[in-house]
Amino acid sequence: MVDARGFSCPKPVMMVDEEIKKNNPSELVVLVDNRTAENNVSNHAESLGYKVTHEKEGRDFKLTLSK
Amino acid sequence: MKTKINPLIIVTGLVIGVAAVLLTKFGNPKNMGFCIACFIRDIAGTTKLHSAPVVQYLRPEIVGIVLGSAIMAFVSGEWRAKAGSSPAIRFILGFMVMVGALIFLGCPLRMVIRMGGGDLNAFVGLAGFVVGILIGVVFLKKGFGLKRNYDTANLDGLVLPVVLIILFVLFFMAWPALSQYVSDVKAGVEDAKNTTAFAISTSGPGSMHAPLFMALAVGLIVGVLAQKARICMVGGLRDVILFKNFNLLLGFVAIFVAVLVGNVVLGNFTGFSTQSQPIAHSSQVWNFLGMVIVGWGSCLLGGCPLRQLILAGEGNADSAITVIGMLVGAAFAHNFALAGGADPGMVDGAYKVFSLSANGKLAAICCLIALLIISCTNLKAEEN
Repeated sequence: MVDARGFSCPKPVMMVDEEIKKNNPSELVVLVDNRTAENNVSNHAESLGYKVTHEKEGRDFKLTLSK
Repeated sequence: MKTKINPLIIVTGLVIGVAAVLLTKFGNPKNMGFCIACFIRDIAGTTKLHSAPVVQYLRPEIVGIVLGSAIMAFVSGEWRAKAGSSPAIRFILGFMVMVGALIFLGCPLRMVIRMGGGDLNAFVGLAGFVVGILIGVVFLKKGFGLKRNYDTANLDGLVLPVVLIILFVLFFMAWPALSQYVSDVKAGVEDAKNTTAFAISTSGPGSMHAPLFMALAVGLIVGVLAQKARICMVGGLRDVILFKNFNLLLGFVAIFVAVLVGNVVLGNFTGFSTQSQPIAHSSQVWNFLGMVIVGWGSCLLGGCPLRQLILAGEGNADSAITVIGMLVGAAFAHNFALAGGADPGMVDGAYKVFSLSANGKLAAICCLIALLIISCTNLKAEEN
């Protein structure tokens, strides 16, 4: 899991990118707390071939990346 | 990576470009329809944080941008009071970004507007800006990061917007007396007296402005759009370098195109040149280094001065601190003669270039050293 809550872009995208490059996970849960990070992480993950599902968790966003 | 383009970013860039040209037509200084750094400097002047007489005016555009962002964030449910991400470092980064911008004479947004106005010095600034971002990206890749922010009291996120509203209302109340004073001075009235608490420019860039409520309304529109589109001058170049993502860069390009076309249509465009450009100098080393500081500092902050205003409107108290850092930086830049100035122009048949003060040169070098120290000491912050 990548917990990028409290970080603003580009940090969340970089954290997700690093995790994907390091471990190439088939599923990855990402927590972010703002819509900019939600959109950026989602776009980046899709460009890397992941499907992304979005859930609202309180005031935060839980993204599940899978392929 | 394949870029997913948000059409709103292009619309926002075009609107900002057109708005900049129109604000200039209605009174703002040339090539300064918008300049976040210059406008914050003018606010520092009118509130007497510095006493440079030619740059004192409460720019309603700044108030409008922050409020527009706040309104849009409330409407879309994105408003959220957050704070606690390395506030003192953000303050000092805001301070240094302002010093760099005032050495160059413009924030990244004005740099693009100057480029669209035919000012070749701004292209030198762009080169410095790109280099600054490249340096920032190197440290981002090495793990640079400011700390996480956390939810805070709503009031924390409202401080900057509320203070700006109060300042604007007070300035509006003082406006009849202020404008009377300005016209008295211009008419040569001997005992002209400013009876208000605000300082006001009677000549120079601070005396040039579009009507109060027009500037406020344009600021509001830009704030609304910029919040929604997340336009950012630094983000545009940074995302291309980091992720090969061209989305934000299109906003940058759209502003340039709109300003260039707008200037041509209105007959303001006289070709590209480095000489005799409005409120600009052709001391290229300092144009370059000033924008290296702005690019590098903004990259570490995660956004350009415009983006900091938008984030502050969304309830981000750390960005509010950054804006206050810029305000204090502007005051220092003028109190200690660090800022750039216009080229003197033709003197005795030769074109004379502006020479930056020794203080300004020293400040620029100190900023670069401080940026290096901050960049090196905040690596791998997410692990803490």
